[in-house]
Amino acid sequence: MASHVPVVQVNDVSKRFIIRKEKSLKERLVNAGRSKQFKEDFWALKNVDLEIMSGTTIGLIGPNGSGKSTLLKTIGGIIQPTSGSVQRRGRLAALLELGAGFHQDLTGRENVYLNASILGLSRKQTDEYFDEIVDFSGIRDFIDTQVKFYSSGMYVRLAFAVAVHVDPDLLLVDEVLAVGDEAFQRKCLDKIRSFQAEGRTIVLVTHSLGQVTELCDRAVLLSKGTVMFDGAPHEAVRDFRDILEERRVDEAAEHKEEVRHGRITHVFTRAAGREIGEPVQPGDDLIVSMTFEHDGEGLENWMAALQIDNVQGQVVYGTTSKRLGFQLSRLKEAREVNFTLKNVNFGAGKYFINASLMDDEGRHLHDLPQVASFDVPFFDLAVGSVHAVPEFEDLGR
Amino acid sequence: MAGLDESPTERSTRLLNEPWQHAGAVGGGVTGTIESVKEIWAHRQLLGLLTKRELKSRYKDSAGGFLWSLAKPLTQLFIYYLVIGQFLGAARNIENFAVYIFAGLTVYTLFSEIVGSGTGSIIANSGLVKKVYLPREIFPLAAVGSALFNFLVQFVILIVAATVIGTLSFGPQLLFGVASLVLILIWGTAVGILLAALNVYLRDIQYLVEVALLLFMWASPILYSWQQAADVLPAWLLEVYVNSPITLSVLGFQEAFWSEASNGVPLPHLALRMLVAGVIGIIALIFAQRVFSRLQGDFAQEL
Repeated sequence: MASHVPVVQVNDVSKRFIIRKEKSLKERLVNAGRSKQFKEDFWALKNVDLEIMSGTTIGLIGPNGSGKSTLLKTIGGIIQPTSGSVQRRGRLAALLELGAGFHQDLTGRENVYLNASILGLSRKQTDEYFDEIVDFSGIRDFIDTQVKFYSSGMYVRLAFAVAVHVDPDLLLVDEVLAVGDEAFQRKCLDKIRSFQAEGRTIVLVTHSLGQVTELCDRAVLLSKGTVMFDGAPHEAVRDFRDILEERRVDEAAEHKEEVRHGRITHVFTRAAGREIGEPVQPGDDLIVSMTFEHDGEGLENWMAALQIDNVQGQVVYGTTSKRLGFQLSRLKEAREVNFTLKNVNFGAGKYFINASLMDDEGRHLHDLPQVASFDVPFFDLAVGSVHAVPEFEDLGR
Repeated sequence: MAGLDESPTERSTRLLNEPWQHAGAVGGGVTGTIESVKEIWAHRQLLGLLTKRELKSRYKDSAGGFLWSLAKPLTQLFIYYLVIGQFLGAARNIENFAVYIFAGLTVYTLFSEIVGSGTGSIIANSGLVKKVYLPREIFPLAAVGSALFNFLVQFVILIVAATVIGTLSFGPQLLFGVASLVLILIWGTAVGILLAALNVYLRDIQYLVEVALLLFMWASPILYSWQQAADVLPAWLLEVYVNSPITLSVLGFQEAFWSEASNGVPLPHLALRMLVAGVIGIIALIFAQRVFSRLQGDFAQEL
């Protein structure tokens, strides 16, 4: 790995948005005296410090409105911070919206040149890359058609193709990887991987937590404009889920439509015949024990749900008591239930247990994400989430 | 390009040696202006493409294409010539009235297009302003570019007409034409840049501009001679009137392409006045750019 040098420094950046409720001259004149009450301050970023090293991939995650896009735009120079400063070096390309510079009435070819120029390529460089760009987009037949006749998929393909040929040192990406069909998405991710291998720096805003754990070396979790966590992606993802869960509970409390007091108090897991915390061997029976209680008037028709995630945050297993055919009686006092998974064959690695309490319509009343975990020991014959003993024969035919 | 076969180590070594730069727009003062000019120069190819885009998209899908850009000024010329010149009798005092009007109209249309489309340029390109960092002056400048193209087309017609009618002769007076063009470009750009920025915050400006442009057309000697205004206006107002950069450009154009063979009375010290207006114009341009760069920090959130 190449030595990392800092390429972006965000120093104590704050950004205030003033939301004005009137826009026209008349309204402003009429309200001139009391303009205060027609303004609203909103801090999108508060005292954010960040240093980004070259060759790393950083994911910015956080709930909607947490300031992650604002931070990205500040790094890109599109938004000026209210206080603090952003410094960076190297060549920058911002993919905040695919095809931002596309003009509906121009042909694909003209738009390639225009967009490449917006992203900083000279005409000569675009000439050089033109065939490559068109091949990558896969829409050679339509390149001389006006882009307004393109399907949204074709549009995005062309835009992405231009963007990845710009040769940036620092690439800012905002939510744009979630477009196109599956094959094209794979192409995009492959391109991002090769960018990583070439030592380029990538800053990624995304809602796909799977992408964060898969692609990023580091994740920054933002909430209400401040950095809540900065470090290993899977820890950031866990904290993020906690925030989402808190918010969901707050929202539920606000709505008061039906106060649901049910909650999970306790979850632990172990393999049958082993202690808690001991590694789980392939072929073991895995026991997950959950304790629920309800401090309201009680809950009819509830169900217990279990989900197992791998380190990348992907779901590898899930089941509920309803699925197993159980109608559980009214929940009030503390109640312990057990899931026993027979003969589990997980691949090597760490796994997390998510526990949920749901009502009969499948609404989540309480979630405990990543509340417990277990390890499966290293297996030198294979990798992946599934354990199976491999055999190999060379049939020589 | 070096980038594609650069190894990660080479890349980080190169980055280590690169100077830090501030994200976004550059700082204040006159150095800020110089930096901005450098930045715009670096994006000159883009400026060309944006200009082309404006022109292409304006008459998209129409069979007549850019010929339509001639329809309006030629119709104007026809109406003014007939109504003002013949019906109202302005042509009796001004020889070669058609060339007279068209010289003034050509230069004024340039100004009006620069200011008119410049004012709306940031909003029209809000998609780009919000999503990509570019020196944003580029958008009003692209408006200048496309206005210049239309100007050139009209200018060719003016030259042809002046040659046919016989008011064009080769001589030093043609320099007034060049000076007029420079003057109107400086002032048009200054006003366009300033209003483009202000319009983001106060959308009423674009409507105000339409009205103001109509007013300024009649406040310059395009359809009548400046002496006619001199007979009516009080002395102080006349000074304001004749020294406005628009009046000076119009007079300069008439001087270059009409006066020589016609009965024009040149404004005293026209060259000197144009020079002074030009110098003030450059100061105004720098001022407009400073205001623009101060305001552009919040463009992305205001749009």
